[in-house]
Amino acid sequence: MTQINQGDDNSTNEGESMTTETVPSSLAGVAASRSSSRKPGTLPMGAGLEARGVHAWFNKHLALRDVSLDFGFGTVTALIGPSGCGKSTFIRTMNRMHEFIPGAAMAGEVLLDGKDIYAAGTDVTKIRLQIGMVFQKPNPFPSMTIGENVLSGIKLAQLKVDNKDDLLEECLVRAGLWSEVKDRLSAHGGSLSGGQQQRLCIARSLAVKPRVLLMDEPCSALDPGSTLRIEDTIGELAKTMTIIIVTHNMQQAARVSDYTAFFLSDGGPGQMVEVGPTSEIFSRPRDKRTENYVSGRFG
Amino acid sequence: MSTTIAAPPDKRVLITKPRTSDRIFRGVVTAFGISALLILTLIGVFLSVRGIQTFHSQGWHFLTNFKWEVVQNDDGTATSNLGIGAMLLGTILISIVALLIGVPLSIAMALFLTFYAPAKLKTFLVSVVDLMAAFPSVLFGLWGFFVLMPMVTYWAKLIYKYFNWIPVFSAPEPFFERSPFTAGVVLAIMIIPIVTSVSREVFAQTPLDRIQAAYALGATKWGVIKSVVFPFGSSGVVGGAMLGLGRAFGETVAVFTVLNIVFRGNWHVLYGAGGNVASLIILKWGESTGDETTALLAAGFVLFILTLVVNLSANFIVRRSVKSGK
Amino acid sequence: MTMTVKPRKPWAPNRKDRVRSLSVLAVAVFGAWAVVSFTGLSGKIGFIFSFVLIYTLVQAIVGVRLRGSKALGDTVAQSIIYLGSALVFMPVASILYMTVTKGIKGLHFSLFTASMSNASFLDPVGNGGLLHALVGTLYLVLIAMVVSVPMGILTALYLTEIKGKGAGFIQFVVQAMSGVPSVVAGLFIFTSVILVSPLKTSAAAGALALAVLMIPTVTRTSQEVLLLVPTDLREAGLAMGATQWRTVAMIVVPAARNGLITATILGVARIAGETAPLIFTIGGADKLNMNPFKDYQSALPFYVWKGLTLGTPESLQRAWTGILILLILVLSLFVAARSLGGRRMAK
Repeated sequence: MTQINQGDDNSTNEGESMTTETVPSSLAGVAASRSSSRKPGTLPMGAGLEARGVHAWFNKHLALRDVSLDFGFGTVTALIGPSGCGKSTFIRTMNRMHEFIPGAAMAGEVLLDGKDIYAAGTDVTKIRLQIGMVFQKPNPFPSMTIGENVLSGIKLAQLKVDNKDDLLEECLVRAGLWSEVKDRLSAHGGSLSGGQQQRLCIARSLAVKPRVLLMDEPCSALDPGSTLRIEDTIGELAKTMTIIIVTHNMQQAARVSDYTAFFLSDGGPGQMVEVGPTSEIFSRPRDKRTENYVSGRFG
Repeated sequence: MSTTIAAPPDKRVLITKPRTSDRIFRGVVTAFGISALLILTLIGVFLSVRGIQTFHSQGWHFLTNFKWEVVQNDDGTATSNLGIGAMLLGTILISIVALLIGVPLSIAMALFLTFYAPAKLKTFLVSVVDLMAAFPSVLFGLWGFFVLMPMVTYWAKLIYKYFNWIPVFSAPEPFFERSPFTAGVVLAIMIIPIVTSVSREVFAQTPLDRIQAAYALGATKWGVIKSVVFPFGSSGVVGGAMLGLGRAFGETVAVFTVLNIVFRGNWHVLYGAGGNVASLIILKWGESTGDETTALLAAGFVLFILTLVVNLSANFIVRRSVKSGK
Repeated sequence: MTMTVKPRKPWAPNRKDRVRSLSVLAVAVFGAWAVVSFTGLSGKIGFIFSFVLIYTLVQAIVGVRLRGSKALGDTVAQSIIYLGSALVFMPVASILYMTVTKGIKGLHFSLFTASMSNASFLDPVGNGGLLHALVGTLYLVLIAMVVSVPMGILTALYLTEIKGKGAGFIQFVVQAMSGVPSVVAGLFIFTSVILVSPLKTSAAAGALALAVLMIPTVTRTSQEVLLLVPTDLREAGLAMGATQWRTVAMIVVPAARNGLITATILGVARIAGETAPLIFTIGGADKLNMNPFKDYQSALPFYVWKGLTLGTPESLQRAWTGILILLILVLSLFVAARSLGGRRMAK
């Protein structure tokens, strides 16, 4: 597991061979301690997701400047920072949802297993199948039942599944919703509570077997009880996939994540100030601004 | 100490006493607000008062009778045998053709404008569609007769040649000019603007978060349209199509120009004989007297009720679908 | 790293994509040409038919090769949607082209200075003019405006400012009214005015029929515009102790002024080309009639209608020229409404 610091531009050229050779000094220890989990072959689902010099624009407005981050398989990375710091913009560049906003532009690369997801000729729908996303507001499809919602990705992407019932159960179990809805799978998604709907959306994302799951403030619209349940779910999911979560809630970041990246905008474009193991970011951050933020002096 | 919870106090009734100027203002504006209702009612009243004689003399048979005859008797009186059955049948036939052609094209256009067209092209095409709505119907008549009809007649011959084994596409004799099919194609073009703009409005209201959720699951654009946009907007499109149907029922001049009006129940769409209530009225108006004029007013009343029902249900559907999306 | 990074749009079609879609188009055109030349299918219809088929097919094959089987539905749907939109566009282009090319042949100066009082529709095109029709249309539009603009705007004010108990219902009624067929509006004025009141067949009677059609358009557009006036403005007025009447008259209506003018223009554009109601109400004169309240009157659409129904080459030429002038009139109103209110207001 490596984390490339902002501004580190000397890394090797991207290409098929690009894996995890670049180990910046500051986090080398952490990387070494966890690198055993990334041996090729041992984990077929392994997905290294890496952002390199990502910039994002909305028309002329530069919203995000030069973010480089590496997300190792099986880790949970929290992106924190005050509103408008570009963390949501950043997460949306990671599965190419950024481009839906009219006037959007970007620079840099996002590498999934070493391959740029923005490369010409890439099938964007395949990228999104591998990098799933859960949104701020629960958004189950209202015209579909609970069961159909979970399997909607299969239908949308026209994937072949041997046993739909098994998959349905598996996804709902992993999302921590199975026991609550197993008797009413044919009820409409809208009949669930907000927290249940959000877990339904997580289950829906899981059905297409993504290797990375992006979560954009998944709990901001939920009550504390539902939030806790989703945090438990995140812990479970992290055993089999890479998770990136944007959150406003620093306690949540501290609870669920292995690594934390702090984003900040000083009036100009959002930038990543610092990244490191969560415990370090919260106990002894290297940057003064991070310290001010995590200690609650602003934001 | 009792622990009963005190009942909440009664709500105060808020009374505002408007000033005189406001009372006059509200009164005048309300009166005008109600005037729309008054006009609509008056239309119904005046047409039905005049037309009721026809229902007296011809009975309900007026609606189903295919004949339209006034026979001069020897003693100077006239016996009339009048009905709009053929015209009603024709109106429905033409409108069905118009919907079958116009609605799919409108949906395609609305989808193109909402999800495919680049911004500049979109602005341009929206103007084009609005422009279409502003074309006078006599222009559609003129253009329909001289430009479209020769083409449509050619298509009709082709369809007849290959599909005359389907009853609707058969014809008693190979005469395809000014057929219900021709009128239907002209009407299809005329209803496209309204159906397109209603559909576009409904499509554009599809919640963005659901569209994004579908994309995030790896859906293609068509997948998103099929699974998110259509379920959300289908009732709005149905409402838009019904508004188009209302237009199609009431269109007069353009249909009159491209349709051969014949008092005979004809359901062969390709065959050059059709009917249309609105066109009947202007066809017979100039030469009509007495009973016949009254019957035309009765026909107008039937047309009014027909379009009213279609429009009200259309608006009801559109409004419901637009509301439910929020 | 310094700020020398250029924004990219990796999702926009690049050169390779463009070349690919152009080649698909070229293949389809060539294929359709080949089909038309060498098989039984022929003519424009045959070309369009085979073009559509080949285009969709090639597009689908390319899509599936690049993106797998799920691209099949996507590309086929896209082709259909593109072609459907093109089909909608074609009649508009054809109508404009025909109107201009046919209508321009009959243009001459005396069109605007002479009526048909000394000429017949069957005469050579240079005889007579349509001054009487222009005057008639002017009267019709003016009187219809005088009647329907106050009614429409006040009804809109009722719906947006008073919001009485009946507002929902009135809204429904206005929508129903906008669906009243024009022929019914004509019959209505014939039975309710011409038959029973002192006002007989004249421009004013025709204008009343047109007003029935214009009121809902004015009401709905005004309502949309009034709704755009921020609630803050109204509250600011009321909070200063102004009456509702003064607030509406001095704040709301002035704020929406341009939009209300747009509503009027759109209403006029809606009725200027109506023909059917005039058949029952204005009689259709061939000579100039300067009295809008008495005697038969003509109008541009009526002039076109007459030329069309007479059906001789000369009368048809008059119809095309008349419709060209009518179209120019309607289009200028349309453009005026656009430039004044913009799309937001004028929708």
